[in-house]
Amino acid sequence: MPETTNSDNGVQIDLISGSRMAGLRSMEKIRLILDGVREGNIVILEEGLSPDEESKLIEVTMTEISPDDFSGIEIESYPRAETADQSFLDKLMGRESTKKLTVIGPANQIETLHKDEQLISALVSRK
Amino acid sequence: MMGLLTNLRDSISRVTDRLFASEEPKRIGIYGPPNAGKTTLANRIARDWTGDAIGPESHVPHETRRARRKEDVSIERNGKSVSIDIVDTPGVTTKVDYKEFLDHDMEKDDAIRRSREATEGVAEAMHWLREDVDGVIYVLDSSTDPFTQVNTMLIGIIESRELPVLIFANKTDLEDSDVQRVADAFPDHETVPLSALEGNNMDEVYDKIAEYFG
Ligand SMILES: Nc1nc2c(ncn2[C@@H]2O[C@H](COP(=O)(O)OP(=O)(O)OP(=O)(O)O)[C@@H](O)[C@H]2O)c(=O)[nH]1
Ligand SMILES: [Mg+2]
Repeated sequence: MPETTNSDNGVQIDLISGSRMAGLRSMEKIRLILDGVREGNIVILEEGLSPDEESKLIEVTMTEISPDDFSGIEIESYPRAETADQSFLDKLMGRESTKKLTVIGPANQIETLHKDEQLISALVSRK
Repeated sequence: MMGLLTNLRDSISRVTDRLFASEEPKRIGIYGPPNAGKTTLANRIARDWTGDAIGPESHVPHETRRARRKEDVSIERNGKSVSIDIVDTPGVTTKVDYKEFLDHDMEKDDAIRRSREATEGVAEAMHWLREDVDGVIYVLDSSTDPFTQVNTMLIGIIESRELPVLIFANKTDLEDSDVQRVADAFPDHETVPLSALEGNNMDEVYDKIAEYFG
């Protein structure tokens, strides 16, 4: 990720493309997300995580929580439509279909993360 | 030499395990968000069929911070006996802030310890879900909004592992309970209403457990 210095009064938003994520292994994706979130950034994934990766994200988040430093994440996402074009090869290889558009941020900075059918809205406080 | 013997014994027991696989009790994980009533349910099931409880219940979230197991719980249904291992797990969440426990009259040290144990417990419960359970009872407080990201993610994880799952809409004794809202949130799964605290609708609960996990 290009180095942008987080000034005191801003909130950095990282929008990570699906193709960027596609080249990464599960743990690399989780590292990328948590490194961003732990710096106070809002991370938006164009293509979300697989169920297995989500479960690992929860697990790794838990192991990193520490008092007065990191209290975990807020996360919201839209499920991929059932009709999503999962290729024949994907099915054959048992690749899990992922979710689309996922917003992840530091729990202590996100005051509300609200979702309805068409909108995810985050109220973010500065650090 | 000892190592060899244990290895031998392990491999023999693995063979016998496989031979009797159909009679091995299934390991049923009780999952859900904090405070849903998982331990209350686990205790009721254990008390009804074994006579003793599994662990402490509390209105303070993250009361259960270590998965607790009760093995070989035999549930009698229609003249048949269904044997399951019940695993009561810590409530799953994506965040734990020790400061929330301070509101429950806890000293800072205790609150920090509780939050550390809670995070370890949730991590362990997630790991178990990927490796170690044969079926899931997903418990929700039916008086609260079921459309949360944690619920969606967990049900997604359970589905992707193709585990049999029952949704338990708990706390039907509360005025705000809305079982239909729970059923609407998870239309692909069967929802069973109950009050684990009052013991309401436990007959259907045991029917469904026998049907899904027997
Ligand atoms: N009204 C009502 N309260 C219930 C019911 N089941 C559980 N409770 C209460 O809800 C609170 C939480 O119950 P627990 O069984 O400890 O919940 P849990 O899901 O195990 O919670 P954690 O271990 O913290 O994840 C306690 O105060 C229980 O008495 C119910 O059916 N009705
Ligand atoms: Mg509990």
